[in-house]
Amino acid sequence: MLSIPAYIIVALVLFCIGTIGVLITRNIIILFMSIELMLNAANLVLIAFSRALNLMDGHAFVFLVLTVAAAEAAVGLAMVITLYRNRETINIDRFNILKW
Amino acid sequence: MIDTVIFFVSAVIAVGSAVMMISQRNPVLSVLYFIVSLLAQAVLYVQLGALFLGAVLIIVYSGAILVLFLFVIMLLNLRGTEDLGPTGPAVSRASKYLVSVLLLVELVFVIKASFFSAVPVGIVDVAPSEFGSVESVAELLFSNYLYPFELTSILLLAAIVGAVVMAGRLRDTHQEEGETETPTTDVQIKEEV
Repeated sequence: MLSIPAYIIVALVLFCIGTIGVLITRNIIILFMSIELMLNAANLVLIAFSRALNLMDGHAFVFLVLTVAAAEAAVGLAMVITLYRNRETINIDRFNILKW
Repeated sequence: MIDTVIFFVSAVIAVGSAVMMISQRNPVLSVLYFIVSLLAQAVLYVQLGALFLGAVLIIVYSGAILVLFLFVIMLLNLRGTEDLGPTGPAVSRASKYLVSVLLLVELVFVIKASFFSAVPVGIVDVAPSEFGSVESVAELLFSNYLYPFELTSILLLAAIVGAVVMAGRLRDTHQEEGETETPTTDVQIKEEV
């Protein structure tokens, strides 16, 4: 069986892909999915550490993170719907009403 | 040996479909690539002994949350052909990649410095059979983490109320200026797009 660092490296790469996605995309739905990808990378790190330390506490954390991710997706998509109604676009460069 | 092969295949699929996800123009394809990435990540979870959470990842994440994404894409009637306008200057885009790669390097160094020196590297022994099972996760959630677990119910209630209040509004007042404002007690989602 592989050692834990390989799993951690995979999680870090996934987190950085999520960061790149948040930075470069202008589609607000893909931006939301990139945020979800970053949450998943954090979950993978928690599970890998909980396996390395032989403690189950990381699994409880991951369960709570999944709950928060579900709530975040529901509220975020409601915001996307409201923004689309107001602006008729999903380009985040157009949602600049707070920009001075 | 077979574990190593499974790990490499799942890791390549997870990372590759994540890259495909952020490089798509069509949000529907993006959601489908994200589902593939999540399935590969669930394989990694199971390899690490988290059987219950692997199942939860597939059922809740790919089954519920991403279907919610697809539902919103369908509701907004996006076809993937929207022109998002010209991209920014090349220097600006290159700096974004540079920042992300720097973040990866920094994370690797932090993990190396803090974790690998203090904890024995690698899986030291075969886990007991109840590691990651439904019983042990439930036992932990209802004993040590009882209060956080109960608080998630309040969080979910707040999320439901927030989603209904934001998305379930009947009319945007700035679009129909002349109309009288309808009361917001009726919360059905009206498809006006």
